[in-house]
Amino acid sequence: MNILVRKYLYGDIPEDNSGGQPQSKNNGSNDWPLWEVFIRNKQGLDHKHVGSLHAADAQMAIENARDVYTRRMEGISIWVVESKYIHASNPDEADSMYDPANDKIYRHPTFYHLPDGLTHI
Amino acid sequence: MHEEKIFQDKLDREIKIEPQDWMPDAYRKTLIRQISQHAHSEIVGMLPEGNWITRAPSLKRKAALLAKVQDEAGHGLYLYAATETLGVTRESTIEDLNSGKAKYSSIFNYPTLTWADIGAIGWLVDGAAIMNQVMLCRTSYGPYARAMVRICKEESFHQRQGFEILLTLSRGTVAQKEMCQDAINRWWWPSLMMFGPKDDDSPHSKQSMDWKIKRKSNDELRQQFVDICAEQVKVLGMKIPDAELKWNEKKQHYDFGQIDWEEFWNVVKGNGPCNRDRLEARKKAHEDGDWVRKAAMAHAKKSKHKKQQTKVG
Repeated sequence: MNILVRKYLYGDIPEDNSGGQPQSKNNGSNDWPLWEVFIRNKQGLDHKHVGSLHAADAQMAIENARDVYTRRMEGISIWVVESKYIHASNPDEADSMYDPANDKIYRHPTFYHLPDGLTHI
Repeated sequence: MHEEKIFQDKLDREIKIEPQDWMPDAYRKTLIRQISQHAHSEIVGMLPEGNWITRAPSLKRKAALLAKVQDEAGHGLYLYAATETLGVTRESTIEDLNSGKAKYSSIFNYPTLTWADIGAIGWLVDGAAIMNQVMLCRTSYGPYARAMVRICKEESFHQRQGFEILLTLSRGTVAQKEMCQDAINRWWWPSLMMFGPKDDDSPHSKQSMDWKIKRKSNDELRQQFVDICAEQVKVLGMKIPDAELKWNEKKQHYDFGQIDWEEFWNVVKGNGPCNRDRLEARKKAHEDGDWVRKAAMAHAKKSKHKKQQTKVG
């Protein structure tokens, strides 16, 4: 028996002939580079990563970030960094990177048991 | 095998999958397809509404509609960016849309004939989209979930502005009331189709559920939508165009009539009222923008070069 199997992902869109194969990065020279956007939403707080966008240069990246990421007063300062300059730790090494912190509970204040009467500490 | 176990373990413990993590090829492909098609839907979705920007009945309505359409562009961007984290270029994703290879939500292949359609789109189409998107805030892929959270925050104004347009019309003249009902009549069934085929006809939804990409089935979401709208329409004093719509005390849900699946497939296959127009508009925009993209890049290169020269000099 020949059964036609279809896959539905976003509601009414069928899977067949629908594109979206991963391909090699063929970043032609006319494609605008990718930038990561960081926004400070209030004076005194850190800039936080909010997303990314394409732009021809830093100035355009900031202008586009303003239009896309601060339409509802989400920010008072924007940083942009071209994505290729971001270096990240390798998730495969997560165990060796972060495990050593696991058994060092003496780094937390709750590790130390002190009498109830003691205040301001 | 080891990697697959780690992946499954993360899903089981509701830990999000991030771009650098190992994931099965099929999971990656499914996401690329789903997120990019979701992005295309946001972008194509600007067209039916854009149709009314210049003809909005007041400055207030015009400003709100402009803001809404601008939001959709932003939503498209968030989703395209999420797609890129899976290893496909923006350019090729857009190429898939323009060549007709990738699909977008069929709802945008229906025309916006009157101003009331803008209200009906906000209430029904955005309402249906929100059902889907609220669910997707908990999807297993981190960048997709984050994009959805951002989108949901912005989307609720869309639905409210749509409902308010209909509410105003529903309290207006006889002609305005008729216009309101007419728009609801035309948009109701296509909105129900937005949730996709019945669960029985969509066997592979299960894989997406297992991967926690999808968290609720098509029929569950559709029922939820019907239940909500059946109550909301009373506020408008309008009718939902379904003679079989009736509260079912036993099920604690509304029963509703049959969806015309023939129409559904027809529109999916490209024979809807506006399929060709929509794609043509997207292609034209892309082609017309070509010189702008090139000029901006040339300018960026030139000014970078200049800067370097002054440094050397």
